[in-house]
Amino acid sequence: MIPEILRFGDTGFGDELVAGALVTLEIALYSLAIGLGLGLTAAGAKLSRSRVLRGIAETYSLLIRGIPELLIILLVYYSGGAAVEALLGLFGHDGGFDFNKRLAGSLALGLIFGAFASEVFRGALIAVPKGQIEAALAIGMTRRQVFLRVRFPQMLRFALPGLGNLWMVLLKDTSLVSVIALDELMRETSVAAEATQRPFEFYLAATVLYLLLTIVSDVFRARLERRANRGIAGEAAPRRLLRRGV
Amino acid sequence: MPGHPAAAAGPVLIAEDIHKRFGDLTVLRGVTLSAAAGEVIAVIGSSGSGKSTLLRCLNFLEIPDRGRIVVDGEEFPVPTGRAGGLTGAERRRIVRLRSKLGMVFQGFNLWAHLTVAQNVAEGPVRVLKRGKAAAREEAMALLEKVGLEDKYDSYPAQLSGGQQQRVAIARALAMRPKVLLFDEPTSSLDPELVGEVLRVMRDLAREGRTMIVVTHEMGFAREASDRTIFLHRGRIEEEGPPAELFGAPKSARLRQFLFSSM
Repeated sequence: MIPEILRFGDTGFGDELVAGALVTLEIALYSLAIGLGLGLTAAGAKLSRSRVLRGIAETYSLLIRGIPELLIILLVYYSGGAAVEALLGLFGHDGGFDFNKRLAGSLALGLIFGAFASEVFRGALIAVPKGQIEAALAIGMTRRQVFLRVRFPQMLRFALPGLGNLWMVLLKDTSLVSVIALDELMRETSVAAEATQRPFEFYLAATVLYLLLTIVSDVFRARLERRANRGIAGEAAPRRLLRRGV
Repeated sequence: MPGHPAAAAGPVLIAEDIHKRFGDLTVLRGVTLSAAAGEVIAVIGSSGSGKSTLLRCLNFLEIPDRGRIVVDGEEFPVPTGRAGGLTGAERRRIVRLRSKLGMVFQGFNLWAHLTVAQNVAEGPVRVLKRGKAAAREEAMALLEKVGLEDKYDSYPAQLSGGQQQRVAIARALAMRPKVLLFDEPTSSLDPELVGEVLRVMRDLAREGRTMIVVTHEMGFAREASDRTIFLHRGRIEEEGPPAELFGAPKSARLRQFLFSSM
């Protein structure tokens, strides 16, 4: 049923494709971790009273969003490699250093994710009704507690739909890191397609694998959103709250 | 509310010469008030008179421009941090002041992501660092007191406005505050739900809680307060026992206000 070339083992490329899909997932997850951290930090900076912090965050998100993803990946890969080499040079280490491709890829995609996520987080943080925060202040919580106990958990239900969207984009953007010869799904696929001269079968197989990743993620997203909306009946809750102007 | 035995012990809360301005708009022009232990003070006045701002200045939700607050003998000078940046010590003092004053808001402001019991236990656990089990048990007792023993595990959105406000009162009580501050607690309730909240507040007054209630409910001010303060344009225009204020108002403004709000 499965064509010979797609089987696992020596005769087919099936195992290579699955390995590639796992690398894709790995890169995406690393990027997500980096991007969520960057995005939340940048959102905090955008909402801060300090003009310097606001300036840095705005510049970051404007720059990253204004440069093609492909270019960012290449810039991070080559500048990162050069930086590591220079650093090693300082310690007397000589010779080429292969800047870890997964690190470079994840960093680049994380930078991109973070720039867009900062806007999602900013909007979500603003959307938390002021009264919720005042109640926390009035009871004597510190700023840290207000954030961790009230603002962050309440912000999630506003942020998750947007973050889910960005995750989908991120999953697909991982295919761009094939330009730095990272063995993720896209590169494994094109290598196989070229070697066998059977592009259609392989690109179709890759399509199925990407879709599979997407479908699984969407199940996760729905579950997370349900959890974040706990206590607020139905998923339309944020919209309803906004309409009421709360 | 006749004679409270504790009233002789000296004021639980003193607010002295409180001034507050928002940009060009001067809201409070030197308000001084003090609450004896067990005293119930109703603050009335037309909208814009500064009564909500006054209440919010008491726990520094708004930082007054000038004045001083004393709670339970402890002095809380107005923080003077420049350009909105407060020092660490000032922040700690603000947090301490707030934990001594319970506040009930017009819009309830229950935390939407927490259950009713969690809402009530949150302050004791996070701010007072009490054990979770003990805090929950006490939350249960307080909820029973406000008549919501069957709603422990409901979320705020599943409750009526009156029920939510009663949970908010339980949440404030859980902090064992020296003074309870009510900011128009019934103003966003449907008329038929006002009664259940006022009933709980009357019970608290009868128990000898110290309360400062900003309200439009003239009935409550008249019957449940020991002293009523009429605020007009950021100043105390008239104050005294409600029987005098409502029965024989001295100032023309108060007469006019009472006439238009009856």
